[in-house]
Amino acid sequence: MSELTKLTIAEAREKLRAREVTSEELTNAYIDAIEAANPTLNAYVTVTSEKARDMARRSDARYAAGEAGALEGIPLGIKDLFATEGVHTQACSHILDHFEPRYESTVTQNLWDDGAVMLGKLNMDEFAMGSSNETSYYGPVTNPWRVEGSNRNLVPGGSSGGSAASVAAMLCAGATATDTGGSIRQPAAFTGTVGIKPTYGRCSRWGIVAFASSLDQAGPITRDVRDAAIMLKSMASSDPKDTTSTDREVPDYEAAIGRSVKGMKIGIPREYRVDGMPGEIDGLWQKGIDWLRDAGAEIVDISLPHTKYALPAYYIVAPAEASSNLARYDGVRYGLRHNGKDILDMYEKTRADGFGAEVKRRIMIGTYVLSAGYYDAYYLKAQKVRTLIKRDFETVFADGVDAILTPATPSAAFEIGDAEMAADPVKMYLNDIFTVTVNMAGLPGIAVPAGLSESGLPLGLQLIGRPFDEETLFATANVVEQAAGRFTPKRWW
Amino acid sequence: MTIVDTRTPEPKRFIPGATGDWEIVIGLEVHAQVTSKSKLFSGASTEFGKAPNANVSLVDAAMPGMLPVINEECVKQAVRTGLGLKAQINKRSIFDRKNYFYPDLPQGYQISQYKDPIVGEGKIVISVGPDRKGNFEDIEIGIERLHLEQDAGKSMHDQHPTMSYVDLNRSGVALMEIVSKPDLRSADEAKAYLTKLRTILRYLGTCDGNMDEGSMRADVNVSVRQPGGAFGTRCEIKNVNSIRFVGQAIEFEARRQIAILEQGGTIDQETRLFDPSKGETRSMRSKEDAHDYRYFPDPDLLPLEFDDAFVADLAAHLPELPDDKKNRLIGDLGLSAYDASILVSDKAIADYFEKAAAGRDGKMVANWVINDLLGALNKNGQGIEETPISPAQLGAIVDLIKEGTISGKIAKDLFEIVWNEGGDPSELVETRGLKQVTDTGAIEGAVDEVIAANPDKVEQAKAKPALAGWFVGQVMKATGGKANPQAVNALVKTKLGIEE
Repeated sequence: MSELTKLTIAEAREKLRAREVTSEELTNAYIDAIEAANPTLNAYVTVTSEKARDMARRSDARYAAGEAGALEGIPLGIKDLFATEGVHTQACSHILDHFEPRYESTVTQNLWDDGAVMLGKLNMDEFAMGSSNETSYYGPVTNPWRVEGSNRNLVPGGSSGGSAASVAAMLCAGATATDTGGSIRQPAAFTGTVGIKPTYGRCSRWGIVAFASSLDQAGPITRDVRDAAIMLKSMASSDPKDTTSTDREVPDYEAAIGRSVKGMKIGIPREYRVDGMPGEIDGLWQKGIDWLRDAGAEIVDISLPHTKYALPAYYIVAPAEASSNLARYDGVRYGLRHNGKDILDMYEKTRADGFGAEVKRRIMIGTYVLSAGYYDAYYLKAQKVRTLIKRDFETVFADGVDAILTPATPSAAFEIGDAEMAADPVKMYLNDIFTVTVNMAGLPGIAVPAGLSESGLPLGLQLIGRPFDEETLFATANVVEQAAGRFTPKRWW
Repeated sequence: MTIVDTRTPEPKRFIPGATGDWEIVIGLEVHAQVTSKSKLFSGASTEFGKAPNANVSLVDAAMPGMLPVINEECVKQAVRTGLGLKAQINKRSIFDRKNYFYPDLPQGYQISQYKDPIVGEGKIVISVGPDRKGNFEDIEIGIERLHLEQDAGKSMHDQHPTMSYVDLNRSGVALMEIVSKPDLRSADEAKAYLTKLRTILRYLGTCDGNMDEGSMRADVNVSVRQPGGAFGTRCEIKNVNSIRFVGQAIEFEARRQIAILEQGGTIDQETRLFDPSKGETRSMRSKEDAHDYRYFPDPDLLPLEFDDAFVADLAAHLPELPDDKKNRLIGDLGLSAYDASILVSDKAIADYFEKAAAGRDGKMVANWVINDLLGALNKNGQGIEETPISPAQLGAIVDLIKEGTISGKIAKDLFEIVWNEGGDPSELVETRGLKQVTDTGAIEGAVDEVIAANPDKVEQAKAKPALAGWFVGQVMKATGGKANPQAVNALVKTKLGIEE
């Protein structure tokens, strides 16, 4: 592995600015690393080497001209959910076969405007539906982490499994990801990387293939907290093309790194102590509490009473929106089409073949809960629950809590093809038990690595903040990171 | 929704059947295309008649990751329309998705408003008639609601032997769905309602009302009942695209339903189509086949909210509405209710009239517009937009009569000349020698000649003064109509020795 790919974004930025290294060298190092690793890890579904080199050379020219942007020359991986002009954009679904948009998502455009380099498109669960990256049409992603002494392949989490795995395996300096119920934070926790889902509305959704519009948010997955702050600053914007995006200015998130947490109130929600939670997760949580207390934060026990309804309500709201959002994949205008004897037959053949099992399951759930006679009992009730969950958080924040500390996941990464999860989708859905509440309430949440499990796998903690107070999350996550140290997988691939 | 019957059953509207009288109950859902440069949620043009798929944005084609952004002008147009319908304006409304699959519906859902429309209850006063005595009847028809929604594209099945083509130019164009209460009781009332609604929309400039271009379509809900009885089961006739067809569809559908009921049958609630070539409705789909549209609030769009100031500003700049204009024409210009109704029925006619009548005798101009101009246009099958005589030209003709420069009879000739050849009426009067002769000497000569040539008539006239009119006519004939009729009349009477 090249030493260059070990650099964080902040470190690479220094070397690029100092002209100690060129973006082309950095980019080539990543392309080499991808070529070597991807057949094993399957993190990328397409590698845009030529485009990357071209962008890198232009970045180098801008460095030479003294016109470098905030992310100038930094090679990034892009989740396949983001529309990238003229490049594979298929949400890792068969139904979007050969789709290459003529437009660029706002988030990726923001990154290129700041000088970033695109290495390629990253694997993910089909339409971001999954917690293990096993629902991708392009096959599962392999976690660069393994249980000590084992050669069994683990999942990187999902849906942003390609993003998390590529960052952990140093196949990109940072990656874009999206999070609808935990799709940034859970894979970050499974791979020892940092992932932040910002407040709903902080990043434009324009050009991101929609899963559940009221929950979807883009965010970065990076090696450390500082890199997450740097990347989010470039990704975030106010976008007139997305009316749910915020008008607020994007703060200088990096300035929050190193900010003291002294006197901050950190809430510990008792409802997150779930039945059957492994002792090591509980232990990790306690370590996090101790670190923040040692750094001068005040630890307070809080209650978020409606937490237990979050997951069921999420699995009504998200599929409902998805069932409608995915109606456009009908074989008429783009992507896959299987001709039929009439229009209905064409729809049925195309969608039957184009969507995978998990996507179909969610479309059916969503269609069901919106149906006449069921709407009030399911969708409307779930929306009411959502309001209550939001109110839980508002109450706690109104009482002066600055951030909430929870485990990021109820377990460490599991094996690809885990029989229990395959047999019972609800078991898989439970992966998001600590993360969905944050999406339901539209709040920012960050997952930061905090230690290793007994079997040597990374575990993460989650910090939840007030709306648009990502800065507090960066400050507190940085404290955890400083105390816990960083975790990188031993290379076996 | 509780349906309140606001009407009193009246025998004149009943349809006699084999088993007794029947009453028709009608409600209309009108889809009116909002006049706007761009679509409801995208920047694509709404221009009519462009090449297929020329007006399509990424949003209209429902490309992955595209998001709708509300067009503020369409919101304003809906509020203006609501104000014009004297309706409740809802400062908070919600866009919902109506989900169904169709090739010309790229998103797989139509963005519409379901439970919380932008405009609530309002009313339209329609005028039905004239009856045998020449009277019009004013009837107030309730408006249930008005909401904004996207139009769909168009499937074309005649372009290829085995494939269908799709044109998305209309996809995403803003429509106002204006729903009436079931307050209409005859085909004539329904036609009057549509005519009046179209007039209001055109006055407001919120919909061009061109039904032949599809800018306005009506879904017609028809049921029949025994007069004053409970509402019957209704059938919905979809997408009728002319006012005349709406009338025909209602007449046919009512008779169809009455025939079924009189034979002891029941009406199935269903959606029907009107076939203009056969003048009949036929079943499209039954209630059992009705779609479950799975409405839910569109998560891509925040609730649509505006404040009182937004509404007040639109209200302050609202154009004059037909009923207000009619009252003003009657009150200020002294027009008859009949004339005022005709003039305001079409905004273009009203505009023409007001230009021509500015600073002139309104009643006189109204007569010329209604009898002469509209008469001539009707005869030629032309609309007011095609008039060869401008308001200024018509006004000038009226001025010439008023000044006594020409007689009313010559004015008709002058009208003909301007209609056919154009030109400035005053100049034409000079160059064509149409000027009225007011020179008493010249007229006197002509009177003397006529008297001298008809001694027998002179005798008769002395006994029967009404015969003076015959002399006047002869003099006018002799002078080619140019003599001032009042002067001729006075002279004839003096010379014949008839007292005034």
